Amino acid sequence: MSEEVLSAPHIMEFPYTRSTGPVVGAFLTGLRDQKVLGYQASDGRVMCPPPEFDAGTNAPVDAAGLVEVGAEGVVTSWSWNPVPRDGNPFDRPFAWALVKLDGADSSILHALDADRGAISTGMRVKVRWAEERVGFINDIACFEPA
Amino acid sequence: MSEPITGITTPIRMEYRYTPGTATSLFLRAMKEGRFEGRRCPSCQKVYFPPRGGCSMCGVEFAESVPLKNTGTIATYTVVNVNFANRTVDLPYVVAEVKFDGADVTTSLLLKGVGVDEVRQGMRVEAKWIPEDEWDFSLANISHVEALDEPDAPLESYKDAI
Repeated sequence: MSEEVLSAPHIMEFPYTRSTGPVVGAFLTGLRDQKVLGYQASDGRVMCPPPEFDAGTNAPVDAAGLVEVGAEGVVTSWSWNPVPRDGNPFDRPFAWALVKLDGADSSILHALDADRGAISTGMRVKVRWAEERVGFINDIACFEPA
Repeated sequence: MSEPITGITTPIRMEYRYTPGTATSLFLRAMKEGRFEGRRCPSCQKVYFPPRGGCSMCGVEFAESVPLKNTGTIATYTVVNVNFANRTVDLPYVVAEVKFDGADVTTSLLLKGVGVDEVRQGMRVEAKWIPEDEWDFSLANISHVEALDEPDAPLESYKDAI
């Protein structure tokens, strides 16, 4: 006897709340205020986003000592996302890019809103701020060509 | 000036499409018709409800399905004092592991009508179904279990299910 195969949606949701800690909290607070903060490490390099510990000395990073970096920078690497998923910043194809902001020596990962053909490693981009900022990584809506 | 950020919400959502296997399909189709259907292990003769594809103790595939009654015994239970998301039951409440008559394993169900200080192992209970026009392919057709006006079952009858 053949019967229709049973099938049903099965949705799992975990509404996590996370404590940011002092460094990530300061970084997100900065984004809310349209400032991108980095950490000047013991070797002189500026890390953005800031780490919670210094990679050279293992000392905890003092959030009060974070430095502001530029809201413009350069694409160091990128990847095209042809099929956006739920929760992605755009519902149309876009790129994920690593952006080294001016004054920083490391790169931050975020969405880049540009035509695929216009994107290249080394291109200049700038932050597009979200209209409503709440202290979250999405306060940077995306990067866009500078 | 606004307060510094100290916390963020990072919800995670996963959307699956679930397709039950043969044993669970048998169970769900029976539930849709208002029946309990278990399966018996041909080796150890234990009856699993909800049914599985095979016996976890013997490693043998099940073949025979077994209709079960609506009544059972509380083998063990938990008093819940902390609600979790999407639960709207008033605290505290009891989740009972019910060994339905004819089954050898237990099923977790909400116990109603019995105080958390009155519930006990061996208590006889009956499954209460939601209205028939709401029956679906789901264990949620059973809204809860309620105590029967019967003497407690002897430990011997449910000790292997604890």
